[in-house]
Amino acid sequence: MPLILTEEQEMLKESARGFLDEKAPVSALRKLRDERSEDGFSRALWKEMAAMGWSGILVEEAHGGSDFGFVGAGVLAEEMGRTLTASPFLSTSILAATALNKFAGDAAKQEYLPKIAAADIVMALAVDEGRKHGPANTAMKAEKSGNGYKLSGSKTFVADGHVADRIIVAARTAGAPGEEPGISLFLVDAKAKGVSRERTFMVDSRNAARVDFDNVSVTGDDAIGEIDDGHSALEGILAAGRAGLAAELSGAAQRSFEMTADYLKERKQFGKVIGSFQALQHRAAHLYTELELVKSVTLKALQDLDGAFGMASVTASLAKAKAGEVAKLASQEAVQMHGGIGMTDEYDIGLFMKRIRVAQEMFGDSAYHADRIARMRGY
Amino acid sequence: MSDIEAFRNDVRDWLDANCPKEMRDGAGGEENICWGGRNWKFRSDAQKLWLERMAQKGWTVPAWPKEYGGGGLEKEEVKVLKAEMRKMKMRSPLESFGIWMLGPALLKYGTHEQKAKFLPPIARGEIRWCQGYSEPNAGSDLASLQCKCEDKGDHWLVNGQKIWTSYADESDWIFALVRTDPKAAKHDGISFILIDMATKGVSTKPIKLISGKSPFCETFFDDVVVPKEHGGGVNAIVGTINRGWDVAKYLLTHEREMIGAGGGGLLGGRGIGEVAANYVGVDERGRLCDPMLRAKVAQAEVDGWAFLLTMERLKDEAKAGQGMGAKSSMLKYYGTEFNKRRFELFMDASGADGLEWEGARSEDGKLAKGWLRTKANSIEGGTSEVQLNIISKRILELPDA
Ligand SMILES: Cc1cc2nc3c(=O)[nH]c(=O)nc-3n(C[C@H](O)[C@H](O)[C@H](O)COP(=O)(O)OP(=O)(O)OC[C@H]3O[C@@H](n4cnc5c(N)ncnc54)[C@H](O)[C@@H]3O)c2cc1C
Repeated sequence: MPLILTEEQEMLKESARGFLDEKAPVSALRKLRDERSEDGFSRALWKEMAAMGWSGILVEEAHGGSDFGFVGAGVLAEEMGRTLTASPFLSTSILAATALNKFAGDAAKQEYLPKIAAADIVMALAVDEGRKHGPANTAMKAEKSGNGYKLSGSKTFVADGHVADRIIVAARTAGAPGEEPGISLFLVDAKAKGVSRERTFMVDSRNAARVDFDNVSVTGDDAIGEIDDGHSALEGILAAGRAGLAAELSGAAQRSFEMTADYLKERKQFGKVIGSFQALQHRAAHLYTELELVKSVTLKALQDLDGAFGMASVTASLAKAKAGEVAKLASQEAVQMHGGIGMTDEYDIGLFMKRIRVAQEMFGDSAYHADRIARMRGY
Repeated sequence: MSDIEAFRNDVRDWLDANCPKEMRDGAGGEENICWGGRNWKFRSDAQKLWLERMAQKGWTVPAWPKEYGGGGLEKEEVKVLKAEMRKMKMRSPLESFGIWMLGPALLKYGTHEQKAKFLPPIARGEIRWCQGYSEPNAGSDLASLQCKCEDKGDHWLVNGQKIWTSYADESDWIFALVRTDPKAAKHDGISFILIDMATKGVSTKPIKLISGKSPFCETFFDDVVVPKEHGGGVNAIVGTINRGWDVAKYLLTHEREMIGAGGGGLLGGRGIGEVAANYVGVDERGRLCDPMLRAKVAQAEVDGWAFLLTMERLKDEAKAGQGMGAKSSMLKYYGTEFNKRRFELFMDASGADGLEWEGARSEDGKLAKGWLRTKANSIEGGTSEVQLNIISKRILELPDA
């Protein structure tokens, strides 16, 4: 398949840009932050996204979705990266929808996919327990109890955790932390007895939470993927999330770069625009090149998710590794090349730096993914 | 079955039936390339046979029109052909400056007569070309070149010197930039001329490289008489007189794309991680024994892979039959810098053994020489700094200093 967008995907991109510039520009995030919005996103916007077919971008038409595939989802994530749009798109429309589509039983699909498509639900994925990403390090317990299991443990860095109606959680039904086998995934009602949530206010003003589980009951029917072999399902879901984040990072980095390139043509010192200084030109040209590489790996990962889901895990890691690293560079160069104004809260560039920091950390930073690729390649 | 899949099957069958087994070892490297030319000595019968069969099919230059010795294939088909050759680890039947550089320039700027005379011998590997651009005082600032070309009525008279002319001593013809109007502004008085190296007054003198070999030369033109026409209706000058800079720049975009692609390196050659594991070994968990090296290698492999995908994407984006313009500077810049990084890592991993310069154990310093040769990648075809200047100006539209 050629490594370019189809005409349909190009059109989606164009309409997304128009919509987001109007309905969810960077100032919308600023407003959510300054008003300390309880939800951390606009429910009205989320509903509009449903009307556009975005919340159900990965949901089959039979369930009310627009079924545009992962490239389509990535196109939207990239555009939302450009505007720093806060919404449950990643948690619900990418992560939960993938979990349900690929690894859940029919009953769960019937129940939840139409709700995702209608933006009637928010769902979250709870994986990490420590500072750094590491699904195999899952220690949270799922102890057999009658027909079901009792979940106990703590999760952190759960995107949309405090507003989610349902949480997909990784817990250990066997084995020990550090091992891939023995992990299982469960779909848990966020209001179930024993679930307590703390919203964590993050540097990017986007939603995240710590979620504690104290003897929370689930049944075997609540499992997603195979009991004890949830790790393979989890890797599939994470591949989608990582590719989605890579796309978002790509969009955020591109936008910061554009703002910087514009500034280079406008700001004057020593009687010239600063963009005429070769020291800055070369750094800008280097960054441009790196951003082109990010576009390629991101599209490749998304195409692989659509074309060969089982094989996409490695290119998703490639995309996350490259996008995370380059986006950080883009945000750092952006602030530096803006000089003093880049340090002001009033100017948007700082908001990009903040979001990029968070998105590159989520589901594994560059080092995590480069290491993962090295292991897969046998060194 | 789609047309392209049917094509793939045909290609696979034909390649399998026609490629000699000696040409299926995936060997790259300068010593294994078939460059062709009047004085070419085939390294083996297999190399000769492989060239003849592929040339017959038009597949030494699959994208060129059939009437000029090419295969007349569509972009997608070329991709399939290359992919199948790669899968079967087939060597390229022919590489040359004619294929990479002059051919694309003639296809765009040449007359039908020029194409008909010069392209088929390139496709068949009969004539080998070299590139006469750089001069002692015109490197990055190429447009300041001074090699003089005077109009003498029925012929041109060329006087001057070129430098760093790769393989000039082994080439049959040279495409050169010469000054036809010394009074015009520097970009406006340049012409793009084709000269037979066997002409009286053309001489070459090899220059030895730090990597030991001497594949490039100084090239001198002393009262060289170049006929205005190389045979009936075949103009010696490509494009318009005094507008040679347009041809020169267009050719450079192809050269840069090609040099950048060399930086991919991962396709034919072995991965950096694989090589490093072989040199320094792995621990009980299967990881490179040297953790600092491992981290650098892993990051380099991420970047290398991302670069390969970017070449693929840019080719897919470019319109059929057209180059990628200023974006070739991006590939040139990243690909060559990456290739240098790759060889630095090979050297790091190989330690003292990689420093041997002579003897069978090191294949006469193969790695060390390869490492040194990569240092030229970010100089030849325009330095990295020049590529960054081009990206700044042409793509980012930043103003001149
Ligand atoms: C192995 C090899 C093969 C070659 N083959 C050929 C060939 O076949 N035919 C041919 O014509 N030429 C060939 N060249 C020549 C090559 O194109 C030139 O060497 C190259 O363009 C640089 O010119 P220069 O050597 O004069 O360096 P200079 O232009 O003197 O550059 C010196 C340094 O100054 C920097 N610099 C110069 N101008 C600027 C600027 N404006 N901004 C920032 N930095 C700047 C350069 O980047 C470089 O780092 C070859 C070179 C090599 C090494």
